Amino acid sequence: MQLQTGLEAGIEGAVLKADVRELDFHYGAFHALKRVSMPIHDHMVTSLIGPSGCGKSTLLRCFNRMHDLYPGNRYSGGGIVLYPDNTNLLAPEVDPIEVRMRISMVFQKPNPFPKSIYENAAYCLRARGMRNKNELDDRVESALKGAALWNEVSGRLKELGANLSGGQQQRLCIARALASDPEIILFDEPTSALDPIATASIEELIIELKEKVTILIVTHNMQQAARISDFTAYMYLGEMVEFGVTDQIFIKPQKKATEDYITGRFG
Amino acid sequence: MSASASEPSLSAPIGTGVSDRLSKKASRHVKERIIEALLFSAAAFSVFVTVAIVYVLVKESWIFFQTVPITDFLFDTQWTPLFDDAHYGIMVLLSGTLTSSGVALLVAIPLGTIIALYLSEFAGFKVREIAKPFLELLGGVPTIVYGYFALTFLTPILQKVYPDLPGFNLLSAGLVMGIMIIPYVASLSEDAMRAVPMALREGSYAMGATRLQTALWVVTPAATSGIASAYILGISRAVGETMILAVAAGMQPNLTFNPTEPGATITSNIVQVALGDLPHGSIGYQTIFAAGLTLLLMTLAFNLLGYWLRKRFREVY
Repeated sequence: MQLQTGLEAGIEGAVLKADVRELDFHYGAFHALKRVSMPIHDHMVTSLIGPSGCGKSTLLRCFNRMHDLYPGNRYSGGGIVLYPDNTNLLAPEVDPIEVRMRISMVFQKPNPFPKSIYENAAYCLRARGMRNKNELDDRVESALKGAALWNEVSGRLKELGANLSGGQQQRLCIARALASDPEIILFDEPTSALDPIATASIEELIIELKEKVTILIVTHNMQQAARISDFTAYMYLGEMVEFGVTDQIFIKPQKKATEDYITGRFG
Repeated sequence: MSASASEPSLSAPIGTGVSDRLSKKASRHVKERIIEALLFSAAAFSVFVTVAIVYVLVKESWIFFQTVPITDFLFDTQWTPLFDDAHYGIMVLLSGTLTSSGVALLVAIPLGTIIALYLSEFAGFKVREIAKPFLELLGGVPTIVYGYFALTFLTPILQKVYPDLPGFNLLSAGLVMGIMIIPYVASLSEDAMRAVPMALREGSYAMGATRLQTALWVVTPAATSGIASAYILGISRAVGETMILAVAAGMQPNLTFNPTEPGATITSNIVQVALGDLPHGSIGYQTIFAAGLTLLLMTLAFNLLGYWLRKRFREVY
């Protein structure tokens, strides 16, 4: 498949952050990703859309090696090259923990740890062995500010994260992911468990966040993909059907299959 | 659909004119009632037995406390029901119970927790499937066997380290009791840890945490209520354990918190009195009811503590 780079697609100054190259993935005997290729542009929002079971979450979870946690999962071909290192993330000699320190993740359902708001935000810093109280305080504050949560929780940092509302919990999870200064944040349907108002605030936040990080988001909500992403990839049955600039995918898709999905004739 | 003659008119009072097809079926109704009564009586029976036990203990203890003032029972430092100068200080037996339970818990809680963490967070599927039944087998060994094990195997070994250790001692009994309790603590703690949603673990791994960090910082706090319940059950087992102590700890009442001495516990003393020479109905014999009531109140307190802990820490995730 001919891949477009950001420049060719008409977005100026787009630089590659990562490049998925002919990636194959197996859950046991099930071939979940079939020679998938796509670019990830630096400081852009890239969304993955497609019907349930198309492999979009599977692809997302390759980026931070989440599949390594379960037996039977295999990266069976190709790879994901991370820039500027120019290294394949999926190579066996790469330490998944090092990958996860640079590529963080926010999940579908808010999953704050059974700890205080402060300790949730400080979690990845503590995991890296940071002890200095002042440094921790600063990093926690800037992470919570980055997740647009600071004003709501600055007076109650000792309370349990689970006491927050669903939308606040999800922003706490974003703060948790931001605290380590990651290069990429992966979002796996981050708003599907939230009400419309909380969803709007998360979407706004994602658009702001691309100043700092590269964002890859899986979403079931096509309007959401259209609203927040610069690039969109449409996947179906483990294959990459079409990748392009979001406006182009939604207004003038190149493939009939993409058009059918987007216009709701299918899926 | 057009209105038919059988359709109830809207103006009819509610509840009148039920058609045959909707009326209550007598046979079904009766059958349900019988089953309900059977289930109720099964539940009521267990409640009745509990109440009856408490009634007997309180009634017999009442007789005892009419002769022996409760202050003597609580504060006297001797337990000599057989002597002419009889003393009934429960503290003596309580010290034996607390010492042996303390030793047992020092073994069972750390080891049980570590085993649970390993099985839940580190062991592969195969290891867990093999190790867990073996672990649970440890809890199924009859306690009399543990008692002999303590007396004839562990005590001689301990005597090589401490030559002054008497043949009957609380230490050996407590250590073996701890081994007996490990499976309870480990198995229940592991269930609690495994019940922690995978989403929490994934959240931790996704932040770059290691397995140990995830296990200690996320899984353990999330499973606190279940782990606390496991500990409480372990304590209740230790406090109520009889046979190991009767066999390996000696039965001399001894006010001591030193595990290297022999001692009687509340339970082992009850065995001794119940099987001994004291005439039925004598005040010495009545001691077993007062001691039994003390034991019951202790385990009740632990159960309430466990209940409170479960409520306090439940569903933090």
